[in-house]
Amino acid sequence: MPDPIDAVYRAESRRVLATLIRLLGDFDLAEEALQDAFAEAIEKWPIEGMPANPRTWLVSAGRFRAIDKMRRRATFDAALARVSAYAQNSAHTPADIDDERVDDDELRLIFTCCHPALAGDAQIALTLREVCGLSTEVIAHAFMTSAPTIAQRIVRAKGKIRDARIPYELPARGELTDRLDAVLRVIYLVFNEGYSASAGDSLTRVELSAEAIRLGRLLVDLLPEPEVIGLLALMLLHDSRRGARVSPAGELVLLSDQDRSRWNRDLIAEGTVLVERALSSRRAGPYSLQAAISAVHAEAPGAEATDWAQIVGIYDVLLRMDPAPIVELNRAAAVAMRDGPVAGLMLIDAILVRGDLTDYQHAHSARADCLRRLDRRDEAAAAYRHALSLTTQDAERQFLERRLAGLLAAPPLMQREIHPKLPNERGRRT
Amino acid sequence: MRYLCIIYDDEKAWENMSQADVEKGMAAYFAFDDSIKKSGHHRVGEALQPTNTATTVRVRNGKISTTDGPYVETKEQLGGFYLIEARDLNDAIQVAARIPSAQWGAIEVRPIQEFPEQQ
Repeated sequence: MPDPIDAVYRAESRRVLATLIRLLGDFDLAEEALQDAFAEAIEKWPIEGMPANPRTWLVSAGRFRAIDKMRRRATFDAALARVSAYAQNSAHTPADIDDERVDDDELRLIFTCCHPALAGDAQIALTLREVCGLSTEVIAHAFMTSAPTIAQRIVRAKGKIRDARIPYELPARGELTDRLDAVLRVIYLVFNEGYSASAGDSLTRVELSAEAIRLGRLLVDLLPEPEVIGLLALMLLHDSRRGARVSPAGELVLLSDQDRSRWNRDLIAEGTVLVERALSSRRAGPYSLQAAISAVHAEAPGAEATDWAQIVGIYDVLLRMDPAPIVELNRAAAVAMRDGPVAGLMLIDAILVRGDLTDYQHAHSARADCLRRLDRRDEAAAAYRHALSLTTQDAERQFLERRLAGLLAAPPLMQREIHPKLPNERGRRT
Repeated sequence: MRYLCIIYDDEKAWENMSQADVEKGMAAYFAFDDSIKKSGHHRVGEALQPTNTATTVRVRNGKISTTDGPYVETKEQLGGFYLIEARDLNDAIQVAARIPSAQWGAIEVRPIQEFPEQQ
């Protein structure tokens, strides 16, 4: 593709697609029309010159080609006849493709791809394919699965949109909160897949996080709800630490051990402004509050200077809003920093005794960390081993193994307790 | 477009309910019936007798075999259905969410397969 057209493709293809889906009433037809429109542009623009408004030109060209094709095919295919009738009968005026409607089309596309009637993994695949324009190969690579699997998910999702008639529209006011939750969840999952997953090459992962942030920015432009702003802030603040959270050897570096000079100050500044904007709405939700916690970390010059009291306070609010065991665990870890390891350990043990999070790696590693700080080494070692048995990620496994090795090698902080009931490898060392 | 809203709930729960609660549940259903008749969504709606009245029929090699009970044993049973006319899935979901059993059971929303000759 010649360069100027390539630039238009990168800037406008998703928005053209979003409008074509509305005008044609069908995802596959719209994608075909998009390709046809660009093929025509490559033919005509170098001769006739770039049109004043390339996007409108592409939408019109795509729509015209699609209707023409449908007319020719409709005789053979009854289902297509119905779509064809829709595409031709709905009266479209130039106002239909003005900027405001087109913004709405992008939102329509996002809300449709993240419709809660679609399976979760299908929502993600469809959003990355249709809204972000990633190829099925790239999506498959990012989620460590095969391209045919991803393609099949997308085909099924499109099939359900068509057959169950999921409408291409913005949610009604009464549905907005639920529907927006699904969109935010998809964006955050995409971000986390790019940020937390240790498998897959780093290039693909950076791309995924970048796409999630791009979607977050787009959504803030189109629908500046407090939680939309909060989610973007959260992603930017996490992303600001990307360079510092993994060592050159690929090992995970704890927040407290990270080289803070490597944090991206521009992202922190932008994220912090957004957090304040979300919180000042007084309708802040879980994403905004998590972003606020991340902002407190970001403003601390060092781990020991962190305002743990403020962090525990935000977790208190978060816990009232979302009384989930994982939130409780994170609060316990913050309490362990504010009030010391004994206080933290009591809270963590209370969660585990209740039967929650017993198979959650981070519960056992947080517990191990409290025990380590108390120099209760045997118990700490047992907890690290338990955490190790539950982890599936290489970077986490390496981190836990290092902690375990450090624990066994370090000189005792105080007189070591003897546990005669637990003869283990430590017995041989002494 | 037509959708079948299939109602699943625990029929034992109905059996063990107090008379007052059963009446409350019935009243909620009567009110829902009225509302979807007024809104134009209603086509057909029926409640089914409990699964202990069910018979499953199969024909294999031309021979009829009948067995007692429903085809599958589940915690929540098929207890009734509504056939509705809805603009699209979002509209159907809004109707299904107002079926009283959605509060304690679950509603499966399935689009009706339209064949060309029906159109």
